[in-house]
Amino acid sequence: MEVKELIIKKVKEGFGETNVEVVDALGDLSFTVSKDKLVEFAKFLKTNSDLEFIMCKDVTAIDWATRKKRFTTVYHLYSFKLNFNLRVKANLDEEPYQVDSVSSIWESANWYERETFDMYGIDFKNHPDLRRMYMPEGFQYYPLRKDFPVLGIPGSLPLPQKPE
Amino acid sequence: MGLEAKLTQDGFVTTTIDAVVAWARKSSVWPMPMGISCCAIEMIAAADPKYDISRFGSEVMRFTPRQCDLMIVAGTVTYKMAQVVKRIYDQMPDPKWVIAMGACTSSGGMYRSYSVVQGIDQFLPVDVYTAGCPPRPENLLNALITIQEKIGKTRARDFQDIIQPKTEIANN
Repeated sequence: MEVKELIIKKVKEGFGETNVEVVDALGDLSFTVSKDKLVEFAKFLKTNSDLEFIMCKDVTAIDWATRKKRFTTVYHLYSFKLNFNLRVKANLDEEPYQVDSVSSIWESANWYERETFDMYGIDFKNHPDLRRMYMPEGFQYYPLRKDFPVLGIPGSLPLPQKPE
Repeated sequence: MGLEAKLTQDGFVTTTIDAVVAWARKSSVWPMPMGISCCAIEMIAAADPKYDISRFGSEVMRFTPRQCDLMIVAGTVTYKMAQVVKRIYDQMPDPKWVIAMGACTSSGGMYRSYSVVQGIDQFLPVDVYTAGCPPRPENLLNALITIQEKIGKTRARDFQDIIQPKTEIANN
C-alpha cells in the first residue's frame, strides 16, 4: 500500500471520516480540519503509532482577503517513520481570528506561531509567550495582511532624529 | 620633490596648523565597518591585498566606534537596525563622516518595503553615496578618495560649533 493511502486510511479510521477533509493535489497531501478539532487532530497525528508525525516544520497562514473565511492556518508536519511531509489546515472565520495553539504538542510551533501572529495577527490561544517577533513591540499593524500597504504606514515605525 | 631634497636645502617647511591637521586627518581615515548585509563582502574585499584600502591609509577597521572617523554603512538598514546604526554613530567622536555604500543604504534599493528605511539620509548626515548593488571595491575606494578630498578642505573653524562634552571632576 502506498504511504499516502495508508495515512488517509489511518486518519479516517482513527479520527472519524467526517471530521477531516482530504485534499490530494499536485502530489501533496493535506488535511483540513475545523479549528475546534485542531489540537485533538494534532495530538492524534503525533501519538498514533502508525503515523508518528513528530516534527512540526512550519506554521504559517494564508490571507484570502475577500473570502468569508478570511484566514487559513497551515501546519507543515513530517514523519520520520513514514518519510512523509503532510500539511494540516484550519480555516478561521470570524473576528477576532483565534485558533488554539499547538505549541503544547510540538515545541517548535512556539516560535512559528509567534511569527504568524506577528505577520498576520492571528491570536493563538493558550500560547505561552505570544509576543511580536520581527516587528518592534508596540507596532500596531500586521504586515502580511492583504490590506497592509507594501510601503507601510508612514510614521508607524520610529526613526532616530537626524543630527544637525 | 621629496622630503630629503627639502632637508638639504632649508631644513624647514612653512605651513599652517590647519593644513597639517587636515592632511593628517585625511591620510588616516579609520573606518567603522558597519557591515549589515552583502555590501560588507565587497567592503572586506576592498581591504584584501588585491584592492588594498591601506594604500589610502584606511586599513585600520576598528570594531569600536570610539576610534573611528568614518562610518561605512554597508547594507540594508531596516527600521529596527536604524536605531542601532544611529547609536553607534553617536558613539563616534567628532569630526566624523559617513559613506552610504550601495543602493539599499542610499535609497532603499530593491527593498521598497515597509521594513526598510528608504535611504539612511533620513536619520544620518551622509557625505558620499556609492552606487552599485553591491558596489565594487574600486567604487568604495573612489568614495574614500572623495571623502579624503572633502576632509582635506576642512579647516579648524569648520568644527567650532561642535559641542564638547562636559567633563565633570568630582570635588572631593
